[in-house]
Amino acid sequence: MSDASSEKAPAAASFWRDPEKRAWLFQVLVVAVVLALFGYIFQNTLHNLEKRGISTGFAFLNNEAGFGVLMSLIPYDETYTFGRTFLVGLLNTLLVSAIGIVFATLFGFIIGVARLSSNWIISRLAALYIEIFRNLPLLLQILFWYFAILPLLPHPRQSIELGEAVFLNKRGMYLPAPITESGFGWVLAALGVAIVASVFIARWARHRQDTTGQTFPVFWTSLGLIVFLPWLAFGITGFPLSWEYPELRGFNFRGGITVIPELFALALALSIYTAAYIAEIVRSGIQSVSHGQTEAAYALGLKPGQTLRLVIIPQAMRVIIPQLTSQYLNLTKNSSLAPAIGYPDLVALFAGTTLNQTGQAVEIIGITMGVYLTISLSISAFMNWYNKRMALVER
Amino acid sequence: MSENKIHHAPEGLPAVQMQGVHKWYGEFHVLKNINLDVARGERIVICGPSGSGKSTMIRCINRLEEHQKGHIVVDGTELTNDVKNIEIIRREVGMVFQHFNLFPHLTVLENCTLAPIWVRKMPRAEAEEIAMHYLEKVRIPDQANKYPGQLSGGQQQRVAIARSLCMSPRIMLFDEPTSALDPEMIKEVLDTMIELAETGMTMLVVTHEMGFAKTVADRVVFMDGGEIIEVNEPHEFFNNPQHERSQLFLSQILQH
Ligand SMILES: Nc1ncnc2c1ncn2[C@@H]1O[C@H](COP(=O)(O)OP(=O)(O)OP(=O)(O)O)[C@@H](O)[C@H]1O
Ligand SMILES: [Mg+2]
Repeated sequence: MSDASSEKAPAAASFWRDPEKRAWLFQVLVVAVVLALFGYIFQNTLHNLEKRGISTGFAFLNNEAGFGVLMSLIPYDETYTFGRTFLVGLLNTLLVSAIGIVFATLFGFIIGVARLSSNWIISRLAALYIEIFRNLPLLLQILFWYFAILPLLPHPRQSIELGEAVFLNKRGMYLPAPITESGFGWVLAALGVAIVASVFIARWARHRQDTTGQTFPVFWTSLGLIVFLPWLAFGITGFPLSWEYPELRGFNFRGGITVIPELFALALALSIYTAAYIAEIVRSGIQSVSHGQTEAAYALGLKPGQTLRLVIIPQAMRVIIPQLTSQYLNLTKNSSLAPAIGYPDLVALFAGTTLNQTGQAVEIIGITMGVYLTISLSISAFMNWYNKRMALVER
Repeated sequence: MSENKIHHAPEGLPAVQMQGVHKWYGEFHVLKNINLDVARGERIVICGPSGSGKSTMIRCINRLEEHQKGHIVVDGTELTNDVKNIEIIRREVGMVFQHFNLFPHLTVLENCTLAPIWVRKMPRAEAEEIAMHYLEKVRIPDQANKYPGQLSGGQQQRVAIARSLCMSPRIMLFDEPTSALDPEMIKEVLDTMIELAETGMTMLVVTHEMGFAKTVADRVVFMDGGEIIEVNEPHEFFNNPQHERSQLFLSQILQH
């Protein structure tokens, strides 16, 4: 480079003919136009609101809400502020999205692998599942579970039970709640130690394999540690954990964790719907790795398990992960259908009730959009980073 | 090529024995009564029209395809449903494919060390040393840290050959190793194979490169319709084919 710069540069093209300078100019123009447009809309809105006597700003967030909500992860009643309502809604949105993501991933992988099964019936059933749930509108599915299926569940007295701990009836699902006593910190500490130890064992095993060629059962050792150490600590500290079981009192259950039917139906619908897409992603990811890869690995003497782990999965994951993240994104956005069945998510509580009570439409819709945008952009930022890191090097 | 890696078999024990081998794909009888013994160090070229079962036959030798009748004994081990036997045989038999089948997510060096590390339980440093040795033999040591997608077809096929050799196989199978290559790259791959043949490696090569067959092959096997029609030494096969179908096949490929 240094030699080149000392040589005489070719005659510079005139400003209009240099594609780089032209591109730069156009970008500046576009940004200026967009800014002007936004400025105009903003001014106009402020002006109109003022004319109609609607106050602007975010001061309303400190006002008392005056309404209760169906479900809240943090202490809340009608005396709390609208700001608190926002937080309740946000947490409920994150909760249903997280539950949905976990189960959609679980069902999706199982069904995706089933779709590739050599067993004709299993693969057909998986295909049927995928076709049905991908092709019905999600809102309809949410309504289906909430209005058509949940009411078919028995009354609390005839609840479907799982080991006298989990109960399911038309009022929702009831789970035992863990109650930790002093000393439980040790159990968590033991778990932490086990995880750290596993990381070191994995490193050590890798190093040993590099130098001596001997392999070490890292997975099973780590699993053993992660299960055994916390149990040991649990025993030594005298089992500092008890469960509060739901109990039938009067007409319903008391105690334990209550999953309200709205949450149950929404999480179920989101999981089942998204699982159908994830199943397709998993299937196409695995199929995108050509059969020649398996054959080459077998021909080299690798066993089927090693082939899957060292050759197929690393290649399939490159295809699966980016699409998986975009499904997680969709699921989170789709959770905003919650108001249809009255689940108190961010849209229902904030962009719904709070907006109706305060009339601060611009601010509230703005904040709500900002929240979804932040979640979405963080997920796609992660996705871009991942893609860049994992992209196959091509010529 | 690998001067010290060839183990000579006990006298009289063939490297590959196929006796009365049959295979069906559903109703379709793809291999019909295949009988072929390949001696240790012998170079066999297999040719025949498309769909005649050449690939299927050599893929039965390392169990990429299963035969339904007859016996296949590789290096003294019989191929049965026993997974252990299949493992032993695959460790001793290398294979080079028409479309290279390199692992695109691993570098050239990692492609070569994967199996020695996981199958032969070799320390990484030793595996890398061996890999570099064979990459030098196929004349691409400078590409060791590139990914397969960054190489030309001819280079990729040479990496595939090196990758197989890193497992120190006693038998090498080639399934049309040059037919996916541009003409100018065919020679570099054939040269590599000729050098390998000079080391005394047992080779079974499916190819239509008749020049290669003439220089390297000890015997030519001609297949048609799932049967071995003729087994002959190259000179005889090309100048004086015994069967009508061999004659027809030769006249067709010599026109090109
Ligand atoms: N998985 C399969 N299922 C059904 N039929 C198959 C399968 N694989 C191969 N065949 C058939 O078996 C026959 C032999 O195939 P094979 O690939 O062994 O031929 P080949 O001699 O290698 O041909 P080519 O020169 O085109 O590679 C062909 O008719 C082919 O259509
Ligand atoms: Mg073939």
